[in-house]
Amino acid sequence: MEVFFQQLINGVSLGSLYALIAIGYTMVYGVLRLINFAHGDIMMVSTYIAFFSLTGFSLFGFIVPQMPWYVSFPISIVLTGVLGFLMERFAYRPLRNAPRISVLMTAIGVSFFLENLGLVVFGGRPKGFPTPGLFAEIFYVKDVALSSLSLWIPLITLIFLGATFFLVYRTKSGIAMRAISRDIETPQLMGIDVNRIISLTFIVGSSLAAVGGILLAMRYPQINPLMGIMPGIKAFTAAVLGGIGNVVGAALGGLTLGLIEIFFVALFPDFAGYRDAIAFIILIFILLFRPNGIMGEKLPD
Amino acid sequence: MRIILRIFLVPFLLWSLVSRAEDMIKIGVILSMTGGTAAFGEVTWTGMRIGRSIRPNVLGKEVELILVDDKSDKIESANAAQRLIQKEKVIGILGDVASSNSLAIAPIAEENHIPHISPASTNPIVTLNRKYVFRACFIDPFQGEVMAKFAYNDLGAKKAAVLMDIGQDYSVGLSNAFQKTFTKLGGKVISRVNYLSGDQDFTAQLTAIKETNPDVIAIPGYYTEIALIAKQARELGIKTTLISGDGAEAPELTEIGGKAVEGLYYTTHFDEKAISTPLGKKYVEIFRKKYNHAPDALGALGADAYLIMLDAIERAGSTDPEKIRDEIEKTKDFQGVTGVIFIDSNHNAVKNVVIRQVKGKESVYVSSVNP
Amino acid sequence: MVVKRERDRESSSGLQPRIERARDGTPTILVLFRTCKFVLIGGLVIAMKRENLVKITATFLSLLALLGFLKWTNSYASPYIVQILNLTAIYIILSTSYNLVNGVTGQFSLGPNAFMAIGAYASALLTMTPAEKEITFIIEPIISPLDKIALTFLPSLLIAGVVTALFAFLISFPVFRVRGDYLAIVTLGFGEIVRVFATNATSITNGSLGLKGIKQLTSLWWSWSWAIFTVFCLVGLVQSSYGRAMKAIREDETAAQAMGINTFRYKMLAFVISAFFQGIGGGLLAHLLTTIDPKLFTFLFTFNLLIIIVAGGLGSMTGSVIGAVIFAWGFEFLRWFEEPHQIGGVFIPEIPGMRMVIFSLLLILIMLFFRRGITGRWEFSWDWVFNKLGKKIRVTN
Repeated sequence: MEVFFQQLINGVSLGSLYALIAIGYTMVYGVLRLINFAHGDIMMVSTYIAFFSLTGFSLFGFIVPQMPWYVSFPISIVLTGVLGFLMERFAYRPLRNAPRISVLMTAIGVSFFLENLGLVVFGGRPKGFPTPGLFAEIFYVKDVALSSLSLWIPLITLIFLGATFFLVYRTKSGIAMRAISRDIETPQLMGIDVNRIISLTFIVGSSLAAVGGILLAMRYPQINPLMGIMPGIKAFTAAVLGGIGNVVGAALGGLTLGLIEIFFVALFPDFAGYRDAIAFIILIFILLFRPNGIMGEKLPD
Repeated sequence: MRIILRIFLVPFLLWSLVSRAEDMIKIGVILSMTGGTAAFGEVTWTGMRIGRSIRPNVLGKEVELILVDDKSDKIESANAAQRLIQKEKVIGILGDVASSNSLAIAPIAEENHIPHISPASTNPIVTLNRKYVFRACFIDPFQGEVMAKFAYNDLGAKKAAVLMDIGQDYSVGLSNAFQKTFTKLGGKVISRVNYLSGDQDFTAQLTAIKETNPDVIAIPGYYTEIALIAKQARELGIKTTLISGDGAEAPELTEIGGKAVEGLYYTTHFDEKAISTPLGKKYVEIFRKKYNHAPDALGALGADAYLIMLDAIERAGSTDPEKIRDEIEKTKDFQGVTGVIFIDSNHNAVKNVVIRQVKGKESVYVSSVNP
Repeated sequence: MVVKRERDRESSSGLQPRIERARDGTPTILVLFRTCKFVLIGGLVIAMKRENLVKITATFLSLLALLGFLKWTNSYASPYIVQILNLTAIYIILSTSYNLVNGVTGQFSLGPNAFMAIGAYASALLTMTPAEKEITFIIEPIISPLDKIALTFLPSLLIAGVVTALFAFLISFPVFRVRGDYLAIVTLGFGEIVRVFATNATSITNGSLGLKGIKQLTSLWWSWSWAIFTVFCLVGLVQSSYGRAMKAIREDETAAQAMGINTFRYKMLAFVISAFFQGIGGGLLAHLLTTIDPKLFTFLFTFNLLIIIVAGGLGSMTGSVIGAVIFAWGFEFLRWFEEPHQIGGVFIPEIPGMRMVIFSLLLILIMLFFRRGITGRWEFSWDWVFNKLGKKIRVTN
């Protein structure tokens, strides 16, 4: 029984990470119908920003001092939001009226660009992420070990999910976002600044990716320029699983995927190597048999 | 097409113009100076250069080391070997560290009858059934054997768990050897679980291992994953001793793992406390003076690969690659940097294994095991 | 959108007579066979015409020139150049066949790395001798009957192609149930699944150790014969009624369907044929590199092919060939960026990995400013050459 609870906690904390990244994915898809391949790489950049502001660095003679986590994490979240904005402005906006496949190809290009630029700038060797003490404590409930982080992760996910929910369903910008996701042309006629709303979506989505990235980096304290690929793809799977375009669905999808992965490895330890294939098999099955996901609405063609 | 060819030939021509004096003995070096395993290449090259400063001449001529970067890539390694043999006319090749790259170099050396010594490729297939390919290190099965013996005899472990990286042939070979010896000694491998290099979450595997309550957990992988595994194991309340192979030796191990890797044992090739030979003492002295920190295993192996080659050239009394090959094969009781080396019939170096333990940010010498 | 109208006209005039053929429910294999037959007989009929004789002679002569050039390089050029020429040919095979799905049929697949992996493994497993397999498979012995089989190069390549095509046939059912970017992500998923399988199915693929000591059978003759064969087959296919149906699907799938085209059938046909050649390309690559492992066939390979066909001009076979040649050589030239330089007394240290940064930037820039690529949808033809030559002659007169 302890083992079950232990695995449950493992699964929930992994799933919450997927959920946070998936929300950003699903928001961008909802508005632009674009699989933002670079989402995982945006997350990677956020962990490097957090890393450098935590450890301090010097560049061209400027010495940036070490900063405590409550300063450096917000810096990372804000800068990542700015990066998301820039990406949309310069790589995706010029293609607003181009075929969707062209935009997808550009997204793949952006993703590879960030990864390879990361390899050149940061180097390929992984860096150890300094987890602040607050998040690194370990305590026991009977035989079940809990790191404080595995409680922080679901909690933070819930908070940000609530905030996003509020943004999407209770604010004017959120209404505009949902309107655009239905139809991009009509809102324009009704006086909504579509470009502004899309920028906002990218900023929010990227900031959420940054939150997810920082939590991921603390949970698995090793960062490298290629770390965004797998979580990115899995978060996308989670988004599809929950019904793409749906914020709550993405969170649920993330949790489900995390639990499935952990329990798959727990039940079939010999097949642990197939773990990465699981996400894709689920993805393919969902697309075939329930293309609208757990909570999804009907997909427009 | 012609124009392209001509543009291409220009650098080659320039290269040959720059080509150095003819009365030097040319030895080619292929290492990953950039790319994924750049760190390995860098330290090996440092060691080789120290080796050369210890012994710069042979047969009355100066030795020239020609370094080509293979960018941690198989195709590049093969290209580099071709270039060294065809253009530079080297009489021997040293390199690379990663077994997969050495495997790309080996067939080309074999085809051109040029002796090739890999400093640190521990995969048995590298030299298997090859006449011209050698190595300056022990092989994975031997390392795994020592790991198992150390766990059983010195740590007193009876039940072991193995966490194997199925994405790395290195890890698979080491795990198999460990399991084989450990079982033969009377121990029992009670759980064996897999992961894939690049994975970040090992909690599911570790929870399964925790349930079986082993005396020791063997993680024969690379440092990044070892550090993450150690960290998550401690978070799950697993206090079992951890043991791994030479893939653990990197500064990142303690950087990522922090306190979690404290007490981890690993097998490796070299420790300055285990030095038994005059060459080893000299190497450490030069290294300390130059870099002011403890010398690493890969550099020492790089120096050894170079020195074995030079020793063979001297005994052959000629620069004929065939004769050099014959002499490398006859290497026996060579007093190298990492210890007394003997090349066996499979072209592997037979020598002692060093066991170290992580203490704080450094690793300390525990013991060495003779073959 | 202008392009679209043009194509619509073509499809309405050229396509209709063929509709009956497409609907008659023949198995795909037969359709494949028919395509070949069509190309062959069509070729013969065309050859009878007099003006075509000139073109055929021109084709023949240029092929002869290419062979002469290859013979010259084979004996005089350095192994380095030979290696890159081999890679060029393999890139041509891979990119033209990839273009058939992505460019001609307009189905955005991201799975060629899976097809190449299957082809490479299948052909390598078939040419390795039982003794070699026994040495290589050290974790788990290889399953029967693969442990006894050893074939020569050509049959092993053909079988590799067929096995890959079969795989493509099987996955085409789920793959073509979705469209657009979902199709992209599903094919990407199959690519990953194949890679994970190759890493784990130790008794077939030797897992992460990969296959080592494959015989180096790929020579300039093999690679370039296959490249020429592939290009001729694909160009023949694209110019046939099948090709027109595929283009119709690219332009407007719903309209094509309304015209009575069995869109699934044609998409699958393009997918299967493309997979066949990608399998062969993979086999050639395996026998060029002599060692393969699952890490070789990551998404990066697909990305490179994507750059080739996009830069060359999506939908144009000529563009894919040009793209492949530029890529294979350009990748070598761009090494300059990764090497240390001394420019005007300023030392610039080497920057490893710079090539891929440039390539990804290139893809973004092409998509933003130059979406037609080098050739757009233009195809090379002798008519075009003669026209140009004619103009020149007139000018000089």
